[in-house]
Amino acid sequence: MTRVSAHETTGTRAAVLELQGLGTRYSSSGPAAVADLTLTVPAGQVCVLIGPSGCGKTTALRMINRLIEPTEGRVLIDGHDVRETEPARLRREIGYVIQQVGLLPHLTIAANVATVPRLLGWDRDRTAMRVRELLHLVGLDPDEYSGRYPAQLSGGQQQRVGLARALAGDPPLMLMDEPFSAVDPITRLRLQNDFLRLHRAVPKTVVMVSHDIDEAVRMADRIAVMREGRLVQYAAPAELLARPADDFVSNLLGADRALKGLALTRLEEIDTAPVPAVRAGEAADGVRRRLADGDVVALDHRVLVVDAADRPLAWLPVRALDGQLAVPSPRGGGAEPLLDTLMTLRDALSAILGAGSSHGVVIDGDGRAAGLVSAEDIARHARGEATAADAGRG
Amino acid sequence: MGLMADTVTAFQQNDGWGQTATHVRLSVTSLAIAAVGGITLGVACAKIGRGAAFAVTTLANLGRTIPTFALIALILAVTSLGFWPTVVGLVLLGLPPILLNATTGIREADPGAVDAARGMGLTRTGVLRRVEMPMAMPLIWAGVRNSSVQIIATAALAGVVGAEGLGVIVQSGLANGQTDVLLAGAIPITILAVLAEVLFAGAERASTPRGLRLARQPSKGDL
Amino acid sequence: MDIRWSWIESHHDDIWENTVQHLQLVGASLVLSVLVAIPLAVLVYRSRTASGITAAVSGALYTVPSLAMFAFLLTIFDIGFWPAVTALVLYSLLILIRNAVVGLRSVPAPVRDAARGMGLTRTQTLLRVELPLALPSIMTGIRITAVSTVGIATIAVFIGAGGLGELIYNDGIQRGLFLTPILVGAVVATVMAILIDVALLVAERLLTPWQRARSRG
Repeated sequence: MTRVSAHETTGTRAAVLELQGLGTRYSSSGPAAVADLTLTVPAGQVCVLIGPSGCGKTTALRMINRLIEPTEGRVLIDGHDVRETEPARLRREIGYVIQQVGLLPHLTIAANVATVPRLLGWDRDRTAMRVRELLHLVGLDPDEYSGRYPAQLSGGQQQRVGLARALAGDPPLMLMDEPFSAVDPITRLRLQNDFLRLHRAVPKTVVMVSHDIDEAVRMADRIAVMREGRLVQYAAPAELLARPADDFVSNLLGADRALKGLALTRLEEIDTAPVPAVRAGEAADGVRRRLADGDVVALDHRVLVVDAADRPLAWLPVRALDGQLAVPSPRGGGAEPLLDTLMTLRDALSAILGAGSSHGVVIDGDGRAAGLVSAEDIARHARGEATAADAGRG
Repeated sequence: MGLMADTVTAFQQNDGWGQTATHVRLSVTSLAIAAVGGITLGVACAKIGRGAAFAVTTLANLGRTIPTFALIALILAVTSLGFWPTVVGLVLLGLPPILLNATTGIREADPGAVDAARGMGLTRTGVLRRVEMPMAMPLIWAGVRNSSVQIIATAALAGVVGAEGLGVIVQSGLANGQTDVLLAGAIPITILAVLAEVLFAGAERASTPRGLRLARQPSKGDL
Repeated sequence: MDIRWSWIESHHDDIWENTVQHLQLVGASLVLSVLVAIPLAVLVYRSRTASGITAAVSGALYTVPSLAMFAFLLTIFDIGFWPAVTALVLYSLLILIRNAVVGLRSVPAPVRDAARGMGLTRTQTLLRVELPLALPSIMTGIRITAVSTVGIATIAVFIGAGGLGELIYNDGIQRGLFLTPILVGAVVATVMAILIDVALLVAERLLTPWQRARSRG
């Protein structure tokens, strides 16, 4: 494998992974844990291994970086058989993220992230720069977190550090074993979305093990369904949902496959209505004029107050502007539900309904209000009909 | 081997069996008193509450910092070299391990079991006898085991200081530079210590109910 | 209690000399026992057969009363500093090895898995992850051992190694159970044990900064 040149700090190395007839047994004469596993993950894609407990998905993952040695078949990374490289050296070129993270408790966050670069012999300055860059990338302020110890971080923060650590050596391949399972559902969703965003910026080849079909549909370019050590179906999520190979896969997907179809589209892919946003402190006259002209269309007679950076603060009834010189900064209330653009339609619908609302505000990666979407819009999209937004565009 | 034969001779010449008997009498007496005292006080401490338990633990640990040799020499110097003064010294050294273990053993007795027993109608003494003591026995036997080895070793030191027991033979060997006499004293002492260790380790294991034994790791033969 | 302060005054050179000798005995044996115990502990940690043998041997050594141990060593070696240190080291092994093994075994499985998965070799994992994380347990073992070594070293006088035992035995017991030197020996040894214990506690705190950072920042 070629190395990243010295002045390239954010690498985009991604390898092609090929599993050919991979198999191993629990004991020398016992049943096979994995048998005849053959698949190819194209460079830069996310492949999720999924299946019930004991189906061999974790075993398969661990055969790729030789934590478990296969008895049959081979693993090729960019055409090189992994058996040609000494295991420890091989693993330094593969990012490894596990469920309980496994941060080294006696090292600071910075030292943890720097583990693989140090093993690879990078010099101090380059390593320090890389650590800062990666902490930024996973959403942790380096100045605040570099010197802390793992015990001082929450579960979600620890997992972010785990990600940063796995990316540190700029590996062309990442292996992740249920990386988001050990946190609460809200944090999990945020971690997943952040990971997707990260993957767009740094498109490595990823193999991820999951037991959650929804997570798989959300995250994968291809899903590999496994059962009792064998591959049952290997296809893109849309394909899997539309044409499950057999009853087993069908049951795995669950009865709400139609609803799951909504998980194939993200908010950023559909057109959303413009959000009636007004800045806090803006001149009230200007707002009233724009309302009168139709530049801003109030939703249920309310407008969304945003701050100077366009981040949503709260909904405000238009009546509250009467007699005011400027748009007041709202004290109570909120702008929930706030929907990340990377959110799937399904999660968006769930959030809107969960908030007891009819609409949700779409926000981008920086938290800025980017659009308005309604439960109706999503349902119409599911049925393939044009939405109100499309109609408005005429 | 010549040395072995010489040692046997030296043993007989130095009243080996007599001293062994004395050594055993010293050790057994002291251990018995220490055990009774330690268990009684231990139960008392366990029942009185955290304050007493903490104070006792700290005191016992402090006692452990004083070198045994110095301590036994001090006690004998202040009292006299007879049998009972020696016993006093040995009891003082042998009591803390048993007391500590008894206190811990009773305090750590599964509160669920204690609760259930009370709920079934056992009196406080009944609970003590039928539930807490049996559960504390393994730890108490461990304390006794510890103590017994301590006592046997310190009785040897007492012999060097000038009292009675096998230490006297060792002292003689040291004073005259005679290896065979040295061994004539050292070997029996070691045998006594090993016997005590094996005996009480067996008692400890026997007193552990099978259920607990499966859950715990054995204290001997496993690191 | 009949304390002859005049004796203490006239003998403070001897007292000092014996104290230094005692410290040398304790220091040398602590260093040696750590050097011997840690590799043995790693062996026990890695191999089941080693575990059984080491347990049996160090357990057996621990049972032998110290006086008898010194007597046995006298039959093999001459009198002197190093035979005494040998005995002290043998006594320390059980506790040090046991504590080190417990410490090594307490390294969480995910940490070991992550270390291996990142590409650390077995040696690197041992040196950079497992031993540092076992340090608190090891330090506790050293503290316990240090205190008991100070105690057992008082018997080293019988093997000709001097130390505070000289005050207790030669000056005290052999002079008709003269109380003062015995008391001096006892007090100095006890204070030494307490000071060493505290010093090691401080050292442990300094060496393990991550243990202090328990509360969330």
